[in-house]
Amino acid sequence: MEIRTKDLKWQLGTLVVLRFLIGWHFLYEGLYKLIHPEWSSLGFLASSQWIFSGVAEWFISNTAVLNTVDALNTWGLITIGLGLILGLFTRAASLAGTCLLLLYYLFNPPFIGMELTGPMEGNYLMVNKTLIEAVTLLYIAVTPLSRSLGLDTLRKKYNA
Amino acid sequence: MTSENSSGIDRRDMLKALAGIPVLGALGIQIFRKASYDDKHNIQEEIVRELGLEDLMDVVKPVTHQKGDLIRIGIVGFGGRGPQLAKALGFLEKSSFEQTVENGSLDAQIRDGNLHVAITGICDVFDLHAENGLATAAHDIHTGGEFASKHPVKRFSHYHEMLADPNIDAVIIATPDHHHAQMTIDAIQAGKHVYCEKSLIHREEEIYASYEAVKNSKLVFQLGHQYPQTAAFQVANEILHRDLLGKISHVETTTNRNSPNGAWIRHVDNEGKTKPGDAQSIDWKQWLGKAPEVPFSIRRYYSWARYFEYDTGLFGQLFSHEFDAVNQLLKMGIPETVYSSGGQYTYKEFGDMPDVLHTTFEYPNKDMTLTYSANLSSSKARGRTLYGRDASMTVGNNLELTPDGSSEQFSDLLERGLVSSGSPMLEMLKGSNTAKTVDAISSATAQYYASRGLTSTSIGGQEWDVTHLHLKEWLEAIRNGGTPTANIEMAYEEGVVIAMADISYREGCRTKWDKEQRRIIRI
Repeated sequence: MEIRTKDLKWQLGTLVVLRFLIGWHFLYEGLYKLIHPEWSSLGFLASSQWIFSGVAEWFISNTAVLNTVDALNTWGLITIGLGLILGLFTRAASLAGTCLLLLYYLFNPPFIGMELTGPMEGNYLMVNKTLIEAVTLLYIAVTPLSRSLGLDTLRKKYNA
Repeated sequence: MTSENSSGIDRRDMLKALAGIPVLGALGIQIFRKASYDDKHNIQEEIVRELGLEDLMDVVKPVTHQKGDLIRIGIVGFGGRGPQLAKALGFLEKSSFEQTVENGSLDAQIRDGNLHVAITGICDVFDLHAENGLATAAHDIHTGGEFASKHPVKRFSHYHEMLADPNIDAVIIATPDHHHAQMTIDAIQAGKHVYCEKSLIHREEEIYASYEAVKNSKLVFQLGHQYPQTAAFQVANEILHRDLLGKISHVETTTNRNSPNGAWIRHVDNEGKTKPGDAQSIDWKQWLGKAPEVPFSIRRYYSWARYFEYDTGLFGQLFSHEFDAVNQLLKMGIPETVYSSGGQYTYKEFGDMPDVLHTTFEYPNKDMTLTYSANLSSSKARGRTLYGRDASMTVGNNLELTPDGSSEQFSDLLERGLVSSGSPMLEMLKGSNTAKTVDAISSATAQYYASRGLTSTSIGGQEWDVTHLHLKEWLEAIRNGGTPTANIEMAYEEGVVIAMADISYREGCRTKWDKEQRRIIRI
């Protein structure tokens, strides 16, 4: 099949927009946690189910560990978000973001019998938005075209 | 960077490279806009502002540890509570300490709270407990036993010997209740400061004797009611001070438990095996003290709280904490009349303790009734609640202030829908995990979602063991003077109230306090 330049431009544009949007999401989540020092992953971890519930329990049983997890999470989100928006170390940022999202997913997976209580904005079975975002980031990571706008292009030039 | 490389980048490349900058700028602007919007539209803050409570948390005293002269402590009774008190002082038997470090549950007070004390004496009638006490005292947490080795610990087989030892400045009493008053009196007369576990008294006459002894001395007495050291208590006190509850005519205190251990059946372990101890390893005569002579009984030794010969049961064990909490808040003192009723409906095998118990304490001069309702066959928690005409407040580890639908004080807020009688307008949550117990005002919301209670917990401070803080207060009063929270005046009032409730239950009568004669009358 012949790929036309026009199609490529649209592909490139959409991919970069996707990268910006996910970057925005990460960066804001990170900055929110930074601006609100009272935020903690305690509630999220406490409601953890399935294979990581034991790890979650250990995290929250120790203040120092929990504080470390919170800081790592906050700064991880900020770094990944900046990387995605600026297009700097895009591949690493996308892969790290994928892992982080998969972790969120696995800590509270929408499996049968593990539904979270409380007011929810949607209904999920096996698949939720976190999983979709994770796979989308993976797609960005494995698609070189997504990196053609951003600081990585400069990096390449210097290294060339 | 070489000039060749930089010259290779043209304007078009630069634009491509910096494509993300406008996105960052846009996010920055949006965050700024959101922050200003939130500032103006924060319902929680609005409620706090409307109530004038912005500075409410300022009442919580910061915890500071001052270095002071060494205080040498002797502990009488090293069974259940003794090791906990030792830990709160900074002493933990080596293997338990290592285990604590390993599983990451090292408490903050262990890291930060050096109280500058040495445990120099242990007295227990049971060899096993005494040996545990010696091992514990020999291992101070702060220096890993180094400090403790310079201050050797001695075992005393009778508490009189401990009191006679000049190397002991202060004693902690953690024996069964029927010894508390006599030991307190003897310790004070021997010139030692006293920290006594609740309840101070077992029988009425002990109240007057121990009060006189402490009152006539310059020594510091503290009763083991650590609850007022919590942040929740300090905030509750301030809420009452600001009269947010309106007129209070009923305070409800409760106990709900549902296990044999919770009903003080403690002579068997979790696997149903009888715990160690026999007539050879336990000085039974000393353990009985002035109590009626009976042959050695492992049930009585471990489950003593169930027997009226040694305890006032639920009154001394748990109501004492309830009463102290309410009396520290309201300072309502001794009631005019008391009536208790209840029975053994679940645990009928041995002992006298009822497992359903209701007691009313009437304060006609204060237009108020205090009630205590205990149930040892249901663990549905009911809390400790002060009912006011404007709001009710449930206060324990957490604090909930809920407006009354008919409140005049809050009618404006209720009408505007900012608050509702169906949910707390102010709440303070403590992390539900014991190792994560930071108190802070976390939310004050009109719409309260309790389904995941932990989500709104704030973290940002330090965790403290309240017993540690309570001991600290006692030690500071010894060093610097002053009166601790659970002082002898409070203990006196509590003693009278417990005796009134206990007599009422045991003798099936109503009891009345004769203010003039200062004694209890049966009516």
